[in-house]
Amino acid sequence: MIFHCGSHYTRPVINKRRSTAVLWGLLAAIALIGPSPAGADDETTEPAAEPPKVELVLDVSGSMRARDIDGRSRISVAQQAFNEVVDGLPDETQLGIRVLGATYRGKDKKQGCRDTQQIVPVGPVDRTQAKAAVAGLRPTGFTPVGLALRSAAQDLGTGSTARRIVLITDGEDTCAPPDPCEVARELAAQGTRLVVDTLGLAPDEKVRRQLLCIAGATGGTYTAAQSADELTGRIKQLVDRARDTYTVTPAVVGGAAACADAPLLAPGVYTDREAFSEHRWYRVPVRAGQELRASVSIGLDRPVNPDYGVLLRATAPDGRELVRGVDAGSGRTDVVSAGLRWSAAEEEDAAGPTPTPSATAAARTVCLVVSNSFAARAGTRAEPGMPVELTVDVVAASPAPDGPDLGRGWALLLLLTLAGLVTGLVAGLLTRWWVATWREN
Amino acid sequence: MRTLIRVAAATAAAGLALTPGVALAAPSPSPGATTVTKAGTSFLTATSITAGQPVRVGASTGDHLYWSFRAEAGQVHEVGVTVAFGKPRTGPSTWTVDVFDGLRRRQACTAGAQTPTVDAAATGVTLGCTLRRVRPWAEPWSGDPLPGTYYVRLSVTELPEPDLGLPIEVDLLAGATDSGGASGDDGELAAPLVPNTRAGTVLTAEPTPEPAAEEETDLTGWLPEAGSRWVWTGVGGVLAAVAGVVGFALTRRPRRR
Repeated sequence: MIFHCGSHYTRPVINKRRSTAVLWGLLAAIALIGPSPAGADDETTEPAAEPPKVELVLDVSGSMRARDIDGRSRISVAQQAFNEVVDGLPDETQLGIRVLGATYRGKDKKQGCRDTQQIVPVGPVDRTQAKAAVAGLRPTGFTPVGLALRSAAQDLGTGSTARRIVLITDGEDTCAPPDPCEVARELAAQGTRLVVDTLGLAPDEKVRRQLLCIAGATGGTYTAAQSADELTGRIKQLVDRARDTYTVTPAVVGGAAACADAPLLAPGVYTDREAFSEHRWYRVPVRAGQELRASVSIGLDRPVNPDYGVLLRATAPDGRELVRGVDAGSGRTDVVSAGLRWSAAEEEDAAGPTPTPSATAAARTVCLVVSNSFAARAGTRAEPGMPVELTVDVVAASPAPDGPDLGRGWALLLLLTLAGLVTGLVAGLLTRWWVATWREN
Repeated sequence: MRTLIRVAAATAAAGLALTPGVALAAPSPSPGATTVTKAGTSFLTATSITAGQPVRVGASTGDHLYWSFRAEAGQVHEVGVTVAFGKPRTGPSTWTVDVFDGLRRRQACTAGAQTPTVDAAATGVTLGCTLRRVRPWAEPWSGDPLPGTYYVRLSVTELPEPDLGLPIEVDLLAGATDSGGASGDDGELAAPLVPNTRAGTVLTAEPTPEPAAEEETDLTGWLPEAGSRWVWTGVGGVLAAVAGVVGFALTRRPRRR
């Protein structure tokens, strides 16, 4: 026994050494091969490789000469704001600056409406160069907003992150067509996630309508800047927002008109477009013991009647409804959303044909259909459809809890105590009676 | 008998002391919490905050501002929002604070001014929403509040168009009251309602069947879940035993001296 003791003692040490060596080997192998594809969860935390991209689009048309912001001209206020924004720009943000109406002095509308240039290319910002470019701007020509937006979208290019355009203008577009609002809607529908935030310098009613329309079409914001401080603060906030916001663009998917040929979706976020009164179908494979979670948001990117609703239904392939999510609203809003959870009922699984007990868990297909009850106002264009954001997730199902086997609460304590007391009393009395009878006998 | 009365009185007193407070105090910022100065503009870009963390952000009238927070089972959340306008408005405006769960399902408010309307001369508006108690489990078909992410959206739903774009200052505070396990609910959600924010992939073919997981035959499977029910029932058993002994002793004839 004593002799064996030594060998027993040393074995774990050897094992430990061996496992350490194996661990080092594994680490080296991982370092050589690269990260394992199994770490799917890591992808969620992995920052997007692409930096946030913003382009400032500044109107330098003749009307910017007006001295009506704190007694200074609109262009000088904008120039000061740009300088401060460039100074405070985060290092990782890539910023570009485009101007419109900055060079052509003539009266020819055709030529004046092509007058837009990128004075700072989208990329890491050279602060002195950018400031010099902005300082040299003189209010000059026409206001081709639509063309400038289209060019700005090209400057930003396509990629995996959201793009932001900040449009600063004081006057209505003087070059339509193209109507800037139509351009914005068309750009937003192209698939790249493009947000246009608009800033109106001392705007009048027409400018406000136009900027609200551009912002609404792309999911951006509209601000009426009345002072230099407001303008600077707002541009800074918008540039920061480009960095803070969600950086992964949802996958673009095209829903089908029926379940049978609908696209099959893995968990994740998708975007699509849906016209008024249209139904869009998608399919999701769900295994037994799994729960389907889906949510949908439909954006109101155009004027619609004040009452509206959205319906998300999950159906079996044969058309039987499983569950629905619904929401309705009234008044001004950005998106209307609904969501649902569904997991196969336990009884259904038990009733199903199970020829082999240790069979494979085949995926059932669940159809999702998104429909809306928006009503177009007179003159509202139906094409392209409204933006749809669909989130699909498949997680482990949460079975219904069994009935509680144990209790809780003061009433329970009181009941147990009383029961104990009664039992004690009865037992005591019985004992007394039994002892008395025994003694008599 | 006297002992029994004493025990009952002590039990009742303890019961009163331990019953969770019904009235909720207004949320107050937790000490040392840093103020958040951001807000998202959509569900995907919502700024994450925690209960007790104050939010102060400048915005434009008409912006739809989003924040998100995490909720655990048993908690009751309360959101308080104050919007300050700089200048007088041209007409009355209606403001709304909406709360959605992780599946973007609208959540009901049990108390609070969710959609107040203020007149043109008002310099600000206060909104509030108290949510239902978060349940640890609910049927998939129900809309009950469950643990996970919650979204708060602040928007102005009705106003004269010229007021859009004017600057506002928004203060928001979310508070949580934790009532522990006294909700009386059992069950557990396998995964909290936290949205999957990865970009999706369209599958080209039905996924191949996966081998079914072997049913785990665990000896502890038939036991109820760990929790406060074990403690209550255990204490009840002890009390019953003591009461039994007391009851038995009461039937003894007083010993003669």
